[in-house]
Amino acid sequence: MATDVTSTRLDVIGEINKYDFRNEEHYVFKARKGLDAGVVREISAMKDEPAWMLDFRLKSFEVFESKPVPRWGGSIDIDFQNVYYYIKPTDRQEHSWDDVPAEIKTTFDRLGIPEAEKKYLAGVKAQYESEVVYGSLREELSRQGVIFTDTDSALRDHPDLLREYFSTIIPPADNKFAALNSAVWSGGSFIYVPPGVRIEYPLQAYFRINAANMGQFERTLIIVDEGAYVHYVEGCTAPMYSTESLHSAVVEVIAKRGSRVRYTTIQNWANNIYNLVTKRAVAHEDALVEWIDGNLGSRLTMKYPSVYMLGPGARAEILSVAFASAGQHQDAGAKVVHCAPHTSSRIVSKSISKNGGRASYRGLVKVERGAKKSKSSVVCDALILDPKSRSDTYPYIELEEQDVTVGHEASVSRIGEEQLFYLTSRGLTEAEASTMIVSGFIEPLIRELPMEYAVEMNRLIELQMEGTVG
Amino acid sequence: MSDTLSICDLCVSVAGKPILRGVDLEIRRGEVHALMGPNGSGKSTLGFAVLGHPGYEVTRGSLELDGEDLLVLEPHERARRGLFMAFQRPVAIPGVKMADFLRHAASNVRNPARKEGEGLIPMREFRKELREKMEQLRMDPQFARRYVNDGFSGGEMKRAEILQMAVLRPKFAILDETDSGLDVDAVRLASRSIAEIGGREMGILIITHHEQLLEHNPPQYTHVMLEGRIVETGGPELAAELHKQGYDRLRADQPAAAAR
Repeated sequence: MATDVTSTRLDVIGEINKYDFRNEEHYVFKARKGLDAGVVREISAMKDEPAWMLDFRLKSFEVFESKPVPRWGGSIDIDFQNVYYYIKPTDRQEHSWDDVPAEIKTTFDRLGIPEAEKKYLAGVKAQYESEVVYGSLREELSRQGVIFTDTDSALRDHPDLLREYFSTIIPPADNKFAALNSAVWSGGSFIYVPPGVRIEYPLQAYFRINAANMGQFERTLIIVDEGAYVHYVEGCTAPMYSTESLHSAVVEVIAKRGSRVRYTTIQNWANNIYNLVTKRAVAHEDALVEWIDGNLGSRLTMKYPSVYMLGPGARAEILSVAFASAGQHQDAGAKVVHCAPHTSSRIVSKSISKNGGRASYRGLVKVERGAKKSKSSVVCDALILDPKSRSDTYPYIELEEQDVTVGHEASVSRIGEEQLFYLTSRGLTEAEASTMIVSGFIEPLIRELPMEYAVEMNRLIELQMEGTVG
Repeated sequence: MSDTLSICDLCVSVAGKPILRGVDLEIRRGEVHALMGPNGSGKSTLGFAVLGHPGYEVTRGSLELDGEDLLVLEPHERARRGLFMAFQRPVAIPGVKMADFLRHAASNVRNPARKEGEGLIPMREFRKELREKMEQLRMDPQFARRYVNDGFSGGEMKRAEILQMAVLRPKFAILDETDSGLDVDAVRLASRSIAEIGGREMGILIITHHEQLLEHNPPQYTHVMLEGRIVETGGPELAAELHKQGYDRLRADQPAAAAR
């Protein structure tokens, strides 16, 4: 199926990810390989940035150099001097489907959607129309004072607002890869929602294949003011275009008093990618932050969406699903930190491993002194599809306060012979039955996704499951 | 040609242990057979073996549908030929809605050549059909949205099995203690439903300890299994006798089997 693809490196690791179709990409500018202060300066100059940002990047670069590669989690073997750190795509901001480069459309065709699945294609069409509608939504949004743009544009057009919050949640010194992102970041989304404004439809990363949002080192900053609400959705099942093997994003979310933020990500990386992401939110009094995170593919993903509950009554909900196949290690999980009384958190983590893949849950529940009457519940379910595959759980619980309720449940299961027999005795093939069991297993995530993502995610699971059995 | 399910000298082992020791049974469409016998005599094993459970190893004998060898077929292929079993204890499939599961199952059974990923019965059409079937069985339409057997009460599970039979319309159905765990009214409803669904189209093998399930499905044949063999076959009067008097007479008549 993938033999006609002009891919040179995808055969390197394990099986070919079925969504790995890539066409030739054209770039206007490509920084030289490797990283030093000169490259950092070049990137900043290319973007015509203010001095403070250049300064921030250079300091971050020093932090990056001073920190060792983490030894916990997955095995990281990256030659930092053999990576391009900035690639500017030719076509940065398509404004309609007509402007989308033909090769990207070809990629969509190549997603292997059979003629019979016209509904799926109709979904793409609905996307296009939603983009047309989106223009007027954008006007509506800006009339309400909402800012929704890419982070480079925000630095140019909303410098004061950006500077006030930028890197306040995840400082460069947080970890080596946050420092790297801070030094060389590009793209990502910037959202500001004014007090009391509730955006009832999900905001999607501008166009779902917009290269600006899919960069190697994207930087997303979301500020939701008091009593406001937004649901932000990023990612898609198409492969992340990449000529490089290192991707490291930073996502910062600020949920002010009484606000609610839902952040949904579905990512499907090619098998050669290190995906090392830092995502963190702060929830002020009575605010609710929800991370919904689906991870497929990649060589190694390390991603632990976090919520710091700073004000009384703040809440955190984290739902993550990881699918690890041959040559892949998903080290994913969640962190919740209760810093105020009457805060509550819920973590649901589900992982599937097959064909020798490895899925790890790594999570932290921390309750600080004084965060009385706080509640936390963690549920981790792992589904292992064959004896070659692996799942582990690393739950950390740190309690500095006694007057709290903390629960942790973990289960590991295999697809049961009895489940398979039941379904096959109703006419389903064994492969179909396995897919159905896996789809059911991740249903708690699917249920939370906007419709078109749910359809795609199901389709993706089917593709991932193809040929698993028998 | 009338469809016939022929079981001949069937011997089945589970984990190396012989359970069935030569079962002979022939069922034609439109017939109702009752299969009775004490616990552990091999009744459910017969059901699992006929459906092709991989844990049930056929060591001798044959299983044919109109002369076609079923033993070489996978469970899904047997289902697509028209075999069905209502499970005594069906497993839960969390996260999978009854309606989705049944739509897949029905698409396969009605189009046996269907390959994975090929067209399913259109959603709207199937929903309508399912709703009608559920009405007929006096089931709450919400049921279709619940996850397969997940958190079902005993009665709900059995009704879900009967619903599946109604949707899949098999040629041959084995009902494995579809009455166990149900109260009197529920058994009566189940019995009537099975009769409505089965009609003259299906060959039905009812495994039961009780008479009630047979109320609306009077068997033409009653078989008694003892230690992995059918030791006696009679008419409906045999079922009535066993209900009243238990298996002692049979054990006395079959000292060799009873002694095993």
